[in-house]
Amino acid sequence: MTKNKPPSSTPAVDHGHDHEHVHTLLPPEPALRVKALESILVEKGLVDPAALDAIIDFYEREIGPHIGAGLVARAWADDTFRAALLADADAVIDGLGHGGRQGEHVVVVENTPSVHNMVVCTLCSCYPWPLLGIPPAWYKSDAYRSRAVREPRAVLAEFGVTLPADTSIRVWDSTAEIRYLVLPMRPEGTASMDAAELAALVNRDAMIGTGLPLQPGDMP
Amino acid sequence: MTRIHDMGGRFGDGPVIPDDAGTAVFPKEWHGRALALTLAAGALGRWNIDASRHMRECLPPADYAGFGYYEKWLAGLANLLVAQGIVSIDEIAAGKALSDADTTLRDRCLAAAAVVPTLQRGGPSARPIDTPPRFAVGDAVMTRTIAENRNIAGGHTRLPAYAAGRRGVIMLQHGGHVFPDSNAHSDGEAPEHLYTVSFAAGDLWQHAESPDDTVCLDLWDSYLEQA
Repeated sequence: MTKNKPPSSTPAVDHGHDHEHVHTLLPPEPALRVKALESILVEKGLVDPAALDAIIDFYEREIGPHIGAGLVARAWADDTFRAALLADADAVIDGLGHGGRQGEHVVVVENTPSVHNMVVCTLCSCYPWPLLGIPPAWYKSDAYRSRAVREPRAVLAEFGVTLPADTSIRVWDSTAEIRYLVLPMRPEGTASMDAAELAALVNRDAMIGTGLPLQPGDMP
Repeated sequence: MTRIHDMGGRFGDGPVIPDDAGTAVFPKEWHGRALALTLAAGALGRWNIDASRHMRECLPPADYAGFGYYEKWLAGLANLLVAQGIVSIDEIAAGKALSDADTTLRDRCLAAAAVVPTLQRGGPSARPIDTPPRFAVGDAVMTRTIAENRNIAGGHTRLPAYAAGRRGVIMLQHGGHVFPDSNAHSDGEAPEHLYTVSFAAGDLWQHAESPDDTVCLDLWDSYLEQA
């Protein structure tokens, strides 16, 4: 057994956290708050502005839902790949070079006619960044964080999704460093589609579980 | 009592507003800057992800509720920088550096060329653990009745209040993982077995939408007891 420190009789209070709210000294306008912190850290030689540009570029251009969509499309088209992805997503994802920050440990969960999966992080906004990119504002909203676990069907309705009553919903609250990716059901009428066509049906929300993939008829 | 961030199940937040197709990754330019600054400062290695989450959770509830996502990040970052002695309160107030950082810390400054490899490497939390798991898949467990850090009043924990004192079933085993309740407080990684535990909605909520729907949470060994 891993032993934790036994609880002390007089628990330490988290001094320095509740009593010094340094952030209130920053400018009221958020853009100026960033600028002030960046100036301080750059002047101190602790942050390189070119590194900030590179981080932004990476998340704006390199990473995004197209990566997850590629995995889903391949899983739809290739049963061996699908089985491997469901059995050990980390091995598959690392092998394809899609690992990284906020996607170090991934579990892929498969929708079926009887189970629909949906992902949330009630405590913060954990999300599989390397597979889906930076989470959208609604995923980080109080409304989604508070309600997805208690009334997932009402939340789904707000996304225009209504599931059959006999489909049970499984909500994944990402409370640790495991990140969840939903493998949606392959739409009907897609037997003749190639991987690129299939990937175009897979939208971000379908891989969070708040949406469904497009149907072939939805494509322009 | 829990902190403001622990909002799973809360009433009153109103509808979820899905975004429009084509919404930018960073709707405001400063959003991306705030994210990048937080990641670059994190690369200095003076705190871990659990400590940074805890700092955001420690924001005054009125600020936490009023701030947008990246405003929470910025506030948490400012508080961490001062708590770690990297930036002084006077510097925060002045909006400029008043002294040089020490050279060992400057040596850790994230270079632009190191950004992509650093992001692609990430920071895995799995750790070898030499004890067998206490629970097997299918075992019934009870969560701790109090969703608080055992050692530190108001300390970090990842057991949400809505799932405290509830009966669930072990669904997945994840092996050893860094224990946030310890790691957030620079008390060591103290890895424990991590499990996914499945709870019936009817066991979590007085008025479940559909009692047989389930909610799955990732919970550490010390949050759990045999049911």
